Amino acid sequence: MAAITYKKASCVYEGADKLAVDSLDLDIQDGEFVVLVGPSGSGKSTALRMLAGLEDIDGGAIEIGGKNMVGVPSKDRDIAMVFQNYALYPNKTVGENMGFALKMRGVSTEERKKKVAQAAEILDLTEFLDRKPGKLSGGQRQRVAMGRAIVREPQVFCMDEPLSNLDAKLRVQTRTQIAALQRRLGTTTVYVTHDQVEAMTMGDRVAVLRGGKLQQFASPTELYDNPVNAFVAGFIGSPAMNLMTVPIGSGGVQIGDATLPLEREVMTKLASAGLDTVTIGLRPEQLGIEHGAGFAAQVDLIEELGSESYVYAHLDDPKVKGLDGGPVALVARSAVRAPAKIGESISLTKLDGPVHLFHPESGDRI
Amino acid sequence: MSTPVMHKKKKFGTGTIWTVLAWILGLGFFFPVLWMVLTGFKQEADAYSDPPKLFFTPTLDQYRAVLSSGIGTALMNSAFATIVSTILVLLLGIPAAFALSLRPVKKTKDVLFFFISTKMLPVVAVIVPLYVIVGDIGLLDNIWALIVLYTAMNLPIAVWMMRSFFLEVPSELLEAASMDGASLWTSVREVILPLVSPGIAATALICTIFSWNEFFFAVNLTAVQAQTIPVALVGFITGEGLYWARLSAAATLAALPVVLAGWIAQNKLVRGLSFGAIK
Repeated sequence: MAAITYKKASCVYEGADKLAVDSLDLDIQDGEFVVLVGPSGSGKSTALRMLAGLEDIDGGAIEIGGKNMVGVPSKDRDIAMVFQNYALYPNKTVGENMGFALKMRGVSTEERKKKVAQAAEILDLTEFLDRKPGKLSGGQRQRVAMGRAIVREPQVFCMDEPLSNLDAKLRVQTRTQIAALQRRLGTTTVYVTHDQVEAMTMGDRVAVLRGGKLQQFASPTELYDNPVNAFVAGFIGSPAMNLMTVPIGSGGVQIGDATLPLEREVMTKLASAGLDTVTIGLRPEQLGIEHGAGFAAQVDLIEELGSESYVYAHLDDPKVKGLDGGPVALVARSAVRAPAKIGESISLTKLDGPVHLFHPESGDRI
Repeated sequence: MSTPVMHKKKKFGTGTIWTVLAWILGLGFFFPVLWMVLTGFKQEADAYSDPPKLFFTPTLDQYRAVLSSGIGTALMNSAFATIVSTILVLLLGIPAAFALSLRPVKKTKDVLFFFISTKMLPVVAVIVPLYVIVGDIGLLDNIWALIVLYTAMNLPIAVWMMRSFFLEVPSELLEAASMDGASLWTSVREVILPLVSPGIAATALICTIFSWNEFFFAVNLTAVQAQTIPVALVGFITGEGLYWARLSAAATLAALPVVLAGWIAQNKLVRGLSFGAIK
């Protein structure tokens, strides 16, 4: 077990003009479960592979337990990795797969058997120990990949989207199992995913990356409540936060005929920044659906989930723009059956909770 | 309701046609081989009879004659040249293919093209210079000359074949092995080689067949001592005429080892390559 520090770590792929990972700074504590999340091409996998020694550290440094890992080959880093497609050795049995690392370390056959049996017990794999991976289901293979990692008792677990090949139900199940297992073992874990739900539910802290750059590194609730910029705001949360650039009026922002009031200090801050528009963010649960008061919208789609429902609507006001400059599509959450129909005109009101404000150009939080 | 039935009927019809066609083709290819084997067990008189005789009293006379004619040396020469050149090809070709597939560099494509380009020149075009070179280094009628040539002849094919097998090995497997603490050599031995063993078997079989059947180099560069089996077979076509039955017996003997090699390799060939490694 060990703490991990990324110190301005960078990586560039041959022939690319942009850094895949750009001066990444992360301070991961001993025993922490950290999730790296971001859209594809954000450098999250590369950052993990740099830690594992599968990708060169072209600038800066990565330390594990205070030791600089630049130039140290993977096999000497004492890291176990779970791959997206598991990468089990097809010619070896489940038991041999799990015991391979111990064999490489020269652990005696007896000791190896004991440890593999223990790990198999934890992961419910005991009856499959003599089978080859080809004869297992996807979920079982995933568990073997986990077993191969935990049997070694390494300093660090690296997990690269280990759940993406499972079906939805199994994914949710395995998600909680992995998180529980990590707490039990207390091994420092770096977990890569593109799924923000996994990030929110599993990580002690979550690092959001975009284009190789770290956007925010904080606890899941902090990311949700106080996103540092419009990208994080839009990425964390499902359905995503409603983000739109709106003109500033007197006492608030102008959406259609309605005014969304803002606090006096906020208004002075906006005025002193010399802005006449601002990007606002409202979570779906912050939008109430009414007929009458609020700002007008047309319903495009309704998703009924049973316990709740989501109403997708668009605004008609041409002065209100989405982040891409196009018309704004909004989503509102309703705890009951949707009080609207497709094609209907509704009014949306802002419910409790703060309005997130971002700079219309830079996207930074105001 | 009638449409699916008609559809089914039609499908059944085309299936039968394909089956019949496949049988005709298969028998067409196999018949000369069968006839050769049969003729090998006939007396010369039966072999020449017109119309051809399908039923006859089988005899081992031709095999006795062939074996006493000194074909053993040729068989040994062929076996030696084939085995040694195939081993050399595998020893040289597997590492080359591994490097070219798992650690590709800028010039990988050029290197691969260079390999295959050596097969584009007709052998006839180089036989004179080759003859002179082999003569100069004193290896005419020496089996080692054939071994070197067979190795060079099969190496490009082996590299291309093995490369395609290595390409199917997921690169994560090597990464997983290195994370598990294995050195490159251990990963190759423990993980990669078992996976590509069907490929190695296929490559070895192809090289064996090509070397065993090679005629042109052998007929030009060997005489008595280093004579291989294809050249020896030609020896049965004598000035006094063709001895069909004896030639057939000799040809059957010559074909047997390759059939045997194919049969041994077959078990390996049908096994899936990397099933279960990923996903």
